[in-house]
Amino acid sequence: MFDYTFQWRTALRALPDMLEGAVVTFETAALSMIFGVLIALALLAMRETPNLATRALAGTWVSIARNTPALFQIYIVYFGLGAIGLHVSSWAALLAGITFNNAGYLAENFRGGLKAIPDTQVRAARSLGMSSFQAYRLVVVPQLLRIVFYPITNQMVWAVLMTSLGVIVGLNNDLTGVTQDYNVRTFRTFELFALAAVIYYLIAKLIVAIARLLAWRLFRY
Amino acid sequence: MFSTSFTWNDLLFLLQGAWVTLLLTFWSMLLGTFLGVSCGLLRALLPRATIPLGWFLDIFRSVPLLIQFVLFNSLKSIVGLDWSAFTVGCVVLGVYVAAFCTEIVRSGVLSVPQNLRLASRSLGMTYWQDLRYVVIPLATRVAFPGWLNLSLSAMKDTALVMWIGIIELLRASQAIVTRIQEPLLVLCIAGLIYYLISLVVSRLGAQVEKRWQQND
Repeated sequence: MFDYTFQWRTALRALPDMLEGAVVTFETAALSMIFGVLIALALLAMRETPNLATRALAGTWVSIARNTPALFQIYIVYFGLGAIGLHVSSWAALLAGITFNNAGYLAENFRGGLKAIPDTQVRAARSLGMSSFQAYRLVVVPQLLRIVFYPITNQMVWAVLMTSLGVIVGLNNDLTGVTQDYNVRTFRTFELFALAAVIYYLIAKLIVAIARLLAWRLFRY
Repeated sequence: MFSTSFTWNDLLFLLQGAWVTLLLTFWSMLLGTFLGVSCGLLRALLPRATIPLGWFLDIFRSVPLLIQFVLFNSLKSIVGLDWSAFTVGCVVLGVYVAAFCTEIVRSGVLSVPQNLRLASRSLGMTYWQDLRYVVIPLATRVAFPGWLNLSLSAMKDTALVMWIGIIELLRASQAIVTRIQEPLLVLCIAGLIYYLISLVVSRLGAQVEKRWQQND
């Protein structure tokens, strides 16, 4: 019944390339998070404006990002935009899809965080003579970042895990892509993907550890 | 000007895919909730003894679901289990859901104040009565929104089972795209179906929450 010999050596031989893939994975996730946070802040601001059109746009973005699968969002960018003549590479599609997703989720987190900051602080800042932009930049956003730091960390881990979807739209230089490349050449599916799983696990733990360190460094009073 | 080769049969095909998506969600949520409630109660009631369980479940939350599918699928072949792809999808997704459900249930149980439990014990309830009549009803209300979110995210994660060869909603839409070459339209319809499912489930959940809060 159990007549399979594990051949870990094949997997280990792929390790250097997989580690290179891991770097690509991490970079993609980090980029998508940076753009995601920026867009989420913009969405947050858009939802606060009295203008109905911008509010509706931001609301639509958030609800689509949260209510459809991330893979679907990547598909829309990769195949959907291709249909109207915008051909994007699989990496760009992956990045755009994850960024879209991240922005939606983060915007919702930020909204929760914003509620935790008393209204009076903005008024106090304004009465000190700050412009509304300054009040947000110097008073609200620093506190907001402190509150949403943990959700951001979580989302970063999510972003790393989501980059594995790139392989479905044909990306071949991130961790999963490299693994799949080796897989179709050597057919050592279990060994290769087990190794990939270990690397993903380590990346996730590394992010959590770095976040702890950062939180300890940044948020001491 | 607006002409399409998208036919009623294609829509039917998509709806069949949506049905598979729903079935997968249902079974994996059933399995995941059962496992998750058991593990979550254990984690909350015996926090010291079940630390290894916590580490084990953490693995499922830190490895991409796609890789879990591939790994389990190949493990299945290695061990020689004769399971269909659908079963594999349900089991992997179920365990994945269980890993998250454990945390939800755990935080729900821990949100019940210790004093309340002491009070029920001093009213003469046994440990199990306290658990059954005090802790679980209160924890359920706290955990329910999280559980609902989890079921929605499980529904979205079923899209990944296409990798092990199950034709669910997204895969079905891809098959149609390959034939009629109108990706934007077909994908939008698929997205709309996902969106509607989410909307209906979250509306129903909101109703349930409202019902429960009436008695508070």
